[in-house]
This record gives sequence, structure tokens and C-alpha cells, in this order.
Amino acid sequence: MKTSSLRLRAGLVSIALLAAFLGIWHLATRSTAPVATMSPEYAKLMGLTATQGKSAMPGPLDVGAKLWEHLKRPFYDNGPNDKGLGIQLAYSIARVGTGYLLAVLVAIPLGFLIGMSPLLSKALDPFIQVLKPISPLAWMPLALYTIKDSSVSAIFVIFICSIWPMLLNTVFGVASVRKEWINVARTLEVGTIRRAFTVILPAAAPTILTGMRISIGIAWLVIVAAEMLVGGTGIGYFVWNEWNNLSITNVIIAILLIGIVGMLLDQILARFTRMVTFPE
Amino acid sequence: MTDKFVSIEGIAKRYPGGGGATTTIFENLWLSMARGEFCCVIGHSGCGKTTVLNILAGLDAPSEGAVIVDGQAISGTSLDRAVIFQSHALLPWRTVLGNVAYAVSSKWRSWDRAKVKAHAQKFIDLVGLTGSEHKRPSELSGGMKQRVGIARALSITPKMMLMDEPFSALDALTRGTLQDEVRRICLETGQTAFMITHDVDEAIYLADKIFLMTNGPGAVLAEVVENPLPRDRGRTDLHRHPLYYALRNHIIDFLVTRSKTFTTERPDHDPRNVPVVRIGKPGLSIASSGEEQRQTWTPGTSPGLTA
Repeated sequence: MKTSSLRLRAGLVSIALLAAFLGIWHLATRSTAPVATMSPEYAKLMGLTATQGKSAMPGPLDVGAKLWEHLKRPFYDNGPNDKGLGIQLAYSIARVGTGYLLAVLVAIPLGFLIGMSPLLSKALDPFIQVLKPISPLAWMPLALYTIKDSSVSAIFVIFICSIWPMLLNTVFGVASVRKEWINVARTLEVGTIRRAFTVILPAAAPTILTGMRISIGIAWLVIVAAEMLVGGTGIGYFVWNEWNNLSITNVIIAILLIGIVGMLLDQILARFTRMVTFPE
Repeated sequence: MTDKFVSIEGIAKRYPGGGGATTTIFENLWLSMARGEFCCVIGHSGCGKTTVLNILAGLDAPSEGAVIVDGQAISGTSLDRAVIFQSHALLPWRTVLGNVAYAVSSKWRSWDRAKVKAHAQKFIDLVGLTGSEHKRPSELSGGMKQRVGIARALSITPKMMLMDEPFSALDALTRGTLQDEVRRICLETGQTAFMITHDVDEAIYLADKIFLMTNGPGAVLAEVVENPLPRDRGRTDLHRHPLYYALRNHIIDFLVTRSKTFTTERPDHDPRNVPVVRIGKPGLSIASSGEEQRQTWTPGTSPGLTA
């Protein structure tokens, strides 16, 4: 099979690239600096960088060891500033999930209405055009002031950032359902509600799902920044906390995990998109 | 005509043009069809054929006038009038059975799933798609898709069928078989059918009456040509009928020359009394709908009908 051999070769190239990256990383962070002589008390304060010439940047082996440690105990909870990575990720995913679902509940029915009504579409267009480019974090102070709860504010920020792609794609999908399919429903005397569910929804579903996929990506980007601001829990807070602890190893691990979770969220939505896509 | 199953009474369609002017596609159009009649409309693009069909279907509303079907003025679409679309218009996310069942369950809302399925299956079998029920439209050939469109239209047992160039996107061979099917089904079920076509032979084969429309804008129904060929005509020996070429030439002459010049040559044309042309042997009379205008037409001298 030609495709399988292509996949195999691509996989091999991927592994080679990963190995090269890890190799260069390892070489770049080797201990090379000259070791200064100092009293043992002073050396304790200065850390390995000064005593053994070790780079302040952790190497792949350090990160791997630390990651293994985290993976062994993902859900430990030693108080507000020391929680397992699983707990932190769960907080972030829960916030994204809540804000995102609220956005779905608002954006899709509203998008349907706007898409089916040229009047609403024209009337609401200026509002959408102004609200859409606002950075979700710009809402944060206003959210904190009105909601007075940092965790709910983070959810609000996720809501507001994920609503626009879904809304616009739903409007577009609904408005561009083929006229002939609508005409089929009309000649069969199908009522408005049934038409919306049996013709417009399936016809617009691929476009709506594409919007939802864009939204989940944006929501995951924004949650890290939002949690850095609101603090307390979540992977974004973890990154900032570990920066304050000067634990670059943990920061790198968090970056890796953010990437993996983002990829998984995207893959889930991609699967849903494939389920509703129909060949013509 | 005594039995006016379908009667189009003085309809017009106008669109707002540039600078406050209006463009008239057609106006004062009168046309009638008897129950069980198969009628074809022939005319060049832009003469408003599709608009007439859409008005009949209820998808479009006339700017003036009314359409009466089976004694009632129509308003909007109806399950009594099924449409077969040029582009088949199947819902691609549904299977063949799903597409037909959608129409069936739209007509009989209270039917349970099994009853809907059995009814839909009957019409899938009728158009010869047995075995393909669970295929999606994307897996079907153009001809098969249009068969599904026909099955969907027939499944709601409409009072009349409206077809907008249903076979124009198909290859000649498939078109021929589907014409046979449609003719067979319409004869069997006694359907009243209104079909738009560009294909003269298709019209001759299928139609009892052929409506000739002049070029738009400002198109008029110029003539109603009655098909002199026997009702049990076959597609293979159609061209051997003594009146076939006379009929064909008459229609083609109309399309080639008279469709452009008709309105200027015939200022006294009465749209309420469109001449009915009966192609016959030389010397036979051609009667108008009101029987007060008698015309003769001899094969080979088609242009220049005189009142």
C-alpha cells in the first residue's frame, strides 16, 4: 500500500525530528561552565548552577524525570499552592467546558434566529462586528467588578471568547442552506420548526461544527491567560506559580500538557465534525 | 375546454428594475390543463417558464392573477402538487429511503415508522431502485438520483406533478429510460403533469399538449399545440408516425424564428384565447380554443399563422 508506506515514512521522520530536538536540547543544557570554589553553606544557597556548572535551563532528562513524578501522582493536594497536575488540568477543563457549553447554548439558537431572519442579521451585524475583535481578557476587569467572583469571571471570559466563531458560523451556515432543500421542505408543507430541525440543522451542521472547533481552540488559548490573572487553580495559574517558584522544569511540563490537552479537545470536535459532514 | 383541472388566470410576474422601473417577465398569461393531461412548456431561457412552474408549485407568488387547481385558488405550496426539481434536490444526509420517507411522513404525520417505510418502499420499487434503499445520494448516479426525486414526488400521491427540466442534466441513454418510466407511471396513475423542457423530442414523446412561449421579457403563451400522435406511442417508432415531422418542424420553426417575432407579427394576439394548433394532414382545420378562430396549417409552411 502506497498510503501506508507514506504514513510509515512520515512517522519515521517525525521520530527522527523528535530525537534530533531532544539531542540538541540535551547537548545545549549540559554542564559546561567552570565550577567555582566556595564554602558549602554558600553553595547550598547558590544551587547546582554555581556548584556544578549546571545550566539553569533543565535538560530533557530532568523534564522527563519530573514528568514521571507528576504522572505517578497526578491528583495529590497539599494545599492551595501545591496540587497535582491532574487537578490543575481538571479545573481548567471544567472552566473551559462550562463557559464553552454556555456559549453553545446561546450562540447556536441565536445564530439560527439571525441566519433565518435577514432583518435580525442586518440589525445585529454592527454589534457583532464591534464585539467580536475585543480581546476576551479586556472583559476581565468588568467581569470581576460585576460578578465579584474570580472563578466565575474566568468562565465568563471563556464564554465571551468562544461565542463569536460559533455565532458567526451558525449564522453563515443557516443563511447559506441551499435554496432547493428549503424548497423541498416547502413543497412538502413542512412547518418552520420541523424544517429547522430536519433540513436547516443537518445542512448547516458541518459549518456550525467548524465554528465550534475554532471556538474550543480559542477557549483553550484564553483559559491559560485568564487563570494567570485570576489565580487560585488551573493550569494557567500553575504555570505562573511555577515561574514564581523558578521551576522552569514544571513550566516546560505545563506547556507540554497544555499542548496535548488542546490537541485532544480539537480532535474530539474534529470527530464530531466528521460525524455530521455529508458527502454531496 | 370543459374540464379545467388547472387554470392559470391572467397571471403576471414583475420585478423591480433599476430606477423605479419594473421588469415584466410575463403578464396576462392564461393557460389551462385537463385532469390527467401531460403538458410540456417549451420556450427559450428567460421566458419565465420556471417562474410559471414555481407559481404553480406555490414557491413563488404571481404579481397579478390567480391559479386555480381542482376548483380552488392556490396560496402557497401544497402536498397536492409535487415538484421534481432539475437538480434532483435530494437531502444528501439522508439515504434513498430516508429521502422518500421524509416526504411520506410529511404528508401523513400520524403514520408510524413501519407504515411510512412500507409506503416509501413501494415507490422506491416503482422507480426501479429496489436494493439501493440504504445508499446515500452521493453514492448514486445522476439517473438514479432523479429516480429518487421521482419516487419522492409520487410517494405523496399528488394531484399533479410539476417538473422543471427533470432530465436535462442526464445523459441521453438515461434520459430515454427515465422518460419511459415517467410516461408509464403517469399513464398508470393518471397523473396530471406540467413539465418544462428544452428537448423537442421529449415534449413530443411525453406531452398531450405543448405550450409554446415566446422570448422574454414580456413573454406570451403563443400557441397550444395538441399532440396528434396516438396515446400508445412508443419511443422507438415515434419518428415513423406520419405526423411526427410535421409536429417537430412546427415546434422547431417556432423556437428558431417565430418565438422572437411573434409579438410584433401578431399584435392582435389574445392571451385569453391562445390558438390551439392541431397538426393534421394538409387541409385539415386547426381550431382555436374558443372555436371561433379557425386556422389551417399545412406541414412545411409553418410560419405566418393567420387568424
